[in-house]
Formats: sequence, C-alpha cells, structure tokens
Amino acid sequence: MGWIGDAVDSIKSIQIRQLLTQAVSLGMIVTSALIIWKALVCITGSESPVVVVLSGSMEPGFKRGDILFLHMSKDPIRSGEIVVFNVDGREIPIVHRVIKVHEREDSGEVDVLTKGDNNNGDDRLLYAQGQQWLHRHHIMGRAVGFLPYVGWVTIIMTEKPIIKYILIGALGLLVITSKD
Amino acid sequence: MHSFVYRLNGLLTFSVTILAIMCAITSLSDNLHTPSPSAEIQVMNINWFQKQPQGNDEVSLTMNISADLQTLFTWNTKQLFIFVAAEYETPKNSLNQVSLWDAIIPSKEHAKFWIHTSNKYRFVDQGNNLRGKEFNLTLHWHVMPKTGKMFADKIVLTGYSFPEEYR
Repeated sequence: MGWIGDAVDSIKSIQIRQLLTQAVSLGMIVTSALIIWKALVCITGSESPVVVVLSGSMEPGFKRGDILFLHMSKDPIRSGEIVVFNVDGREIPIVHRVIKVHEREDSGEVDVLTKGDNNNGDDRLLYAQGQQWLHRHHIMGRAVGFLPYVGWVTIIMTEKPIIKYILIGALGLLVITSKD
Repeated sequence: MHSFVYRLNGLLTFSVTILAIMCAITSLSDNLHTPSPSAEIQVMNINWFQKQPQGNDEVSLTMNISADLQTLFTWNTKQLFIFVAAEYETPKNSLNQVSLWDAIIPSKEHAKFWIHTSNKYRFVDQGNNLRGKEFNLTLHWHVMPKTGKMFADKIVLTGYSFPEEYR
C-alpha cells in the first residue's frame, strides 16, 4: 500500500508551471515538425514530397522500404521519368516509370502510359475501368532522389499499428516522468 | 542528464545526422564525374507494318543496338536503366515518345554491349500517321544511385523512317 501513497505524493508534487512548460515544449516540437513538412510540400510542389516504396514492382532499382523524394514542376512529362500517380478510386499512390507519351499539339495535354520495371506488362490493368492513359492531373510528382531502407520504419508502423502505440506511449511516459 | 536513456538518445540522434550527411556528400560526389557514353542503333528490318482493327497503326521492327556506357558508372551507382524510345511528330500530337526496348545494366562490366532484338513493347500510334514518317531513336539512360539524387540523359539518333506503304 506504501507505493500507492508514494504515487499519490509524486502526482501531488507535480507543479502546474512545470507541467505547462513541458506541454508547451512538446507542442513546439510537434508544430515545428509540421512547419518543416508543409514547407517541403511548398518547395517541391508536390502534395507528398516523400513517399515510401511499398511493392517490389520497381526492383532492383527501388526495393520495398526505400524512400523517394518527389518534385513536381511544370516541365512536360517525358518518357523514362519515374512518376508517382494516383488512380481514381485507389488511395495508395503508385511509383512507376513512364514508357509512352503522346502530347497534344493544340492543348498541350498529354497521354501517358506507365510500367513498373519489374513487371512484365504495362499498367493498364491498374488504371480505372476503361482508362487507357494517365493524364497530368493524375501525377503527383517525379522521383528525383532516394534513400535506401529508411522507409521500413513507416512500413512497420503502418502494418503493425500496435508498435506505433507502444512507441508513443513509451515516449509520453518518458516525458512525464523525467525530472527536469 | 547522464542517464542511460539520455545517452542513448544523444547517440541515436548523432548517428542519424552523420548518416544523413554521408548520404548527401555521396550524392554530391556524383556531380564531379563527367561521363562520355556512345551508342549506335540500326534498324535491321521492319517485320510488319499494319493498321489495327481499332484504326491505329502498329509496326514491329528488329534493331541492332550497340553502346558503350561504362563511363556512366561511379562508385555510387547501383544500376543503369536504359531504354530506346522512338520519337516522332504527328499533326495531332506535337510529340510522341514510344518506348521500344529497355534493360537494366547492373554493373560496369555489362555496360558495353551489343544486342539484336525486336521491339519489346508494341509500337502503336494514336491514329494512322506512320506511313512514310521520319522518326528519331533515342537511347535514354537513368542512373539509379546507391543513395541520393538520380539523374538521366540521352543520345538522339536521327534519320530513321517508316516505309511508305503497309506491309
């Protein structure tokens, strides 16, 4: 029973000012991470400037767990570029290479066909029903750089959310129980 | 301030920062390198040249592709993705790029090669504009690094044209 008394004492001894200071520093950390993220979105012109490779369709170039840096510019889409696109109705973006480009003379609009390096066929099977080509508005960005292995953290946290909760719980506990 | 957890935190932060700096420097070192690749493509034969039931022209051809891309490899190169694309203009489209063949070159030893092949991907036009048309064949390469910035370039070879009639 003694440890209950100790716990109650330690809770009573938490000063409000100290608690508020800690809460504010935590808030500062979270908001500065958000600011950096939004700044990246602005600079790269892409809605998600960093994506994690989820499938093996671009092996051996990009393996599952690599992260890609994206950049979107007004430059026209040309064959060979590795683009990230969203198919209508699917939420997970796909990262594949452009193999065919047909650009209209009059409107400048473009029909694009993509294919994963490691796939045998092109992506028409992945597009929406009846869709033969991708258009510019489907494309979220071009891959310009990559880092190997770093994306595994995101994959683990998405596929086993329990690990995410454990991590956040442990961090929260650490922050609360630290003496300074 | 000197507990195990704080030390672990400091160590982890430091090592991640150092790794990130190393990756950035590795990527920057690629800029110091000037490559001098060469390539040649010959169209050996137009196998057939037909109008599909849907109305689009389609052609099948056999090419002889030879290239020396060894100077593109640096210590930071994981592989080279190369492809040959036909580029041409039609009245409706200001640019058409159709990839005919691609390959992955995993190392410098494989970068000097010669291959006799028909087109891996179907060469289909949007319409029937190909008869008698001139086109370029470009050999593109995309350098995929072990870490960092990817870059790409190409060699444009001109002077190819389709036959005047279907065959």
